[in-house]
Amino acid sequence: MSQTVAAGADVSARDVDYEAVIGLEVHAQLLTRSKMFCGCSAAYVDAAPNSNTCPVCLGLPGTLPVINRQAVEMTVRTALALQCEIPHFTKFDRKNYFYPDLPKGYQISQYDAPLSRRGRLRFELDGREVTCGITRVHLEEDTGTLRHEGDVLHRAASSLVDYNRSGVPLMEIVGEPDLRNAAEAREYLVRLRRLLMYIGVNDGNLEQGSFRCDANVSLRPRGSSDLGVKVEIKNMNSFRAVHHALEHEIARQVEVLRRGGTLVQETRGWVEAQGATVSQRSKEFAHDYRYFPEPDLPPLQLGAELVERIRAQLPELPEQRAHRLAEEFGITAYDAAVLSDTREDADCFERLAAPGVPAKLAANWQMGEVARLAREHHLPLWRSGLGVDGLRSLLQLLEAGTINAATAKELLEELYASGGDPRALVQHRGLGRVSDEVVLGALVDAAIAAEPQAVADFTAGKQAALGRLVGHVMKASQGKADPARVNALLRERLGAG
Amino acid sequence: MSAAWAGRSVAECAAGLRSGEVTAGELLAAARAQVDAHDARLGTVLSRMDDLAERQASSADRTLRETPDRAGPLCGIPVALKDVLCVEGVETTAGSRILSGFRPPYTATSVLRLLDAGAVPVVKTNCDEFAMGSSNENSGFRPVRNPWDPGRVPGGSSGGSAAAVAAGMVPASLGTDTGGSIRQPAALCGVVGFKPTYGRVSRYGLIAFASSLDQIGPFAHTVADVAEVYMVIAGHDPLDSTSSPRAVGDITSELGRGVEGMRLGVPREYFAAGLEAGVRTAVEAALEVYRGLGATLHEVSLPSTEVALSAYYVVAPAECSSNLARYDGVRQGMRKDRDTLLQSYLDTRDSGFGAEVKRRVMLGTYALSSGYYDAYYRKAQKVRTVIAAEFDQVFDSVDALVCPTSPVVAFPLGAREDPLSMYLCDALTLPVNMAGLPGISLPCGFSEGLPVGLQVITPLFEDGRCLRVAAAYQAATDWHVRRSPLLEAA
Repeated sequence: MSQTVAAGADVSARDVDYEAVIGLEVHAQLLTRSKMFCGCSAAYVDAAPNSNTCPVCLGLPGTLPVINRQAVEMTVRTALALQCEIPHFTKFDRKNYFYPDLPKGYQISQYDAPLSRRGRLRFELDGREVTCGITRVHLEEDTGTLRHEGDVLHRAASSLVDYNRSGVPLMEIVGEPDLRNAAEAREYLVRLRRLLMYIGVNDGNLEQGSFRCDANVSLRPRGSSDLGVKVEIKNMNSFRAVHHALEHEIARQVEVLRRGGTLVQETRGWVEAQGATVSQRSKEFAHDYRYFPEPDLPPLQLGAELVERIRAQLPELPEQRAHRLAEEFGITAYDAAVLSDTREDADCFERLAAPGVPAKLAANWQMGEVARLAREHHLPLWRSGLGVDGLRSLLQLLEAGTINAATAKELLEELYASGGDPRALVQHRGLGRVSDEVVLGALVDAAIAAEPQAVADFTAGKQAALGRLVGHVMKASQGKADPARVNALLRERLGAG
Repeated sequence: MSAAWAGRSVAECAAGLRSGEVTAGELLAAARAQVDAHDARLGTVLSRMDDLAERQASSADRTLRETPDRAGPLCGIPVALKDVLCVEGVETTAGSRILSGFRPPYTATSVLRLLDAGAVPVVKTNCDEFAMGSSNENSGFRPVRNPWDPGRVPGGSSGGSAAAVAAGMVPASLGTDTGGSIRQPAALCGVVGFKPTYGRVSRYGLIAFASSLDQIGPFAHTVADVAEVYMVIAGHDPLDSTSSPRAVGDITSELGRGVEGMRLGVPREYFAAGLEAGVRTAVEAALEVYRGLGATLHEVSLPSTEVALSAYYVVAPAECSSNLARYDGVRQGMRKDRDTLLQSYLDTRDSGFGAEVKRRVMLGTYALSSGYYDAYYRKAQKVRTVIAAEFDQVFDSVDALVCPTSPVVAFPLGAREDPLSMYLCDALTLPVNMAGLPGISLPCGFSEGLPVGLQVITPLFEDGRCLRVAAAYQAATDWHVRRSPLLEAA
């Protein structure tokens, strides 16, 4: 098939309109308590090197793996959320290769009988619906990590191995080559990550590598159903990197073909500093992993009951939730999507927008001021001092007209991190809105006396001059005057009522 | 004092301990004296567990003195452990130089159970490197010699554990059997060796050769003794997912029930060409003993016996090629530091592994390689299924199989340098591993002054029946009370 592309290049290489074919492989660490095959903690990040280990995850002679039930259940949960089929029979296999971070000399993984197959992830991008098939979701164990004195292993003066990560449950989600450009690939990853976090199986941390992605990219003339020469891209540690790496790689491949060259099947690494992908390993040096069934673990029979129990426990997924929020609360599809970005966001919104606070008001505040403060304090509302209930009290005060928006903002700012009861504070500080007619009347009279020019302008028919008078009153009342009442009083006094 | 206890059975030692005739400390001293007297010549021992042994012996003596009701049949009994079994803090090498200096931070489940039962582990025994061999000449350190004739091999791979019992160093020991590595050396050393059903004894802490075939089992002088050890080590272990959750049951009460009315199968293929005349004679005489005890004999056929060897030498090396990948010098044992990682891997493994291990790693790597998997590994697994089905079918019409353990008696060191002729030593034992069945070898006579072993095979999880059939033979004969010239001279 690669020849088809290359031959086409001879004739009119410059004119061919190429289409990219992208398939993504995601490795996601599971949020289990313990590792995949032993009792060590799966939370390894903060542990001193090699302290979070035991004879099993160090691969010491004579040790044996025991399957982590929670990891199997989380993988099934993921597979169900991705609408995969769950076969009754599944087994583990050994993937054999030598590397210092792989203590047994093989990784326990799954080869020809994965936990699940044939699912899909659907999402909208720029108003279009994109469906990406899921080839399989399977379960395996993570490796240790290496630290090199020098940049890479073969040039390093020495290398240190840390097995804290060794044996952490790792789910591999293999996508079909259904994506056609970098934007689709990025959106697929954003949605997949959100889904995994929603169902509580992964923490979505790209930087620390708990959510990792490799991409397979090939080109073909648009309209063709052939597959071109496949290049695997590794080392992309952010959504931005995925986007850039794929754009770069697609452009590189187009350039090679348009020049009449041929592509080779290889693995390339994204080098952020160079903004380019660099060849790491060609096909001739591809591993032969010598997969065979893991003899230390009997095959698993997943009963229909177990699968149905897990299905019943699936939470509402992000797209469903956004849809429901829009319907139920009458907010826009865009707002609903933003508000269901995480399960916590959506939970927060639903609590805020309970009867007594209009949904639109809750949505605006959550996406506006609250989001800003959350970023500023690195603290989401539900963990802040104010809390969801505190904000709800504040919004109720605002909605009831007890305080105005400016006061609400100030209080939010003040209470966000430290916490406190907005109602008590409003009462204590006398922050309630000034609507007393006598007080307002005095303020209005003072404004009329202080701004003769504005009064003259207004009586001459310049409506805009009224704003200046209102502003004067608001300033004098430190923002506590009710603007609607001030307006009415001014018009009354100036004979324009 | 010491010499009086060397060569005694577990039951005899236990009786002596209970009557106060001897203490666990004295039995330990006797065991050590026997090791000191003969190990230099026999090469049985790789390391001693002096501290652990003393702690266990004094604790056993305290139990026997203060709470004798709580002393089980193994309390105070000296035992030896094949060096593939991990013991916390004790050098464990699996007979390989690549593991020199490896002191595991944990203890194998089977050993923990022995310790809990009050047994006194005296020594780690020599074996073929990573349990690969049938003569113990493949030890990375030195060969083991047969106590009946030190010019001859003890069999393998658990040759050290078999020889330690035969030489009277300990009344019982643990070995492992992947293709015959307990039964064949038991036969060649004139002791009893029992391989339980696969999954009956936890493999946790056993340095793996071929995971789907390896099984731990005991050596002793009598069937009753191996039954006692088996009862202690058998049973489910949450650390070994392939260990069976089925209850073990009290098989000791079954032992004396005899074989009257039992149907015993005699597999034709196990008496084929290659069987030494002396072995045939001794085994045929044993069959007559069974007939005399009221059993009926039936010739049966296991046609795949011939191809079992070929299939075994695909499956076992395939698993070993993967199991032995962890010996790369990075974490434990020997390391050859070199300028590049690859060179360090190559030199560590080249100098750490012996010729037979390298041969099997290469065979297995090849059999699993892309493009060869279907022709070798997958096909071998299919053969394995056929072998198991044939045994299954035969067991529809007979209760147990009786046959020779080894086609030959102990041969001189260096006599089988061709690997294939060595592999043939296990032709009659490895089909049992391929099917996961229980099998036992017990002494049934002599050929040219060397012990001959009788093998009894029963269906999966019929370990009790296997021991019962063997016990019936010992109740009617006295081959098991014969001792090597080494002990008779003393």
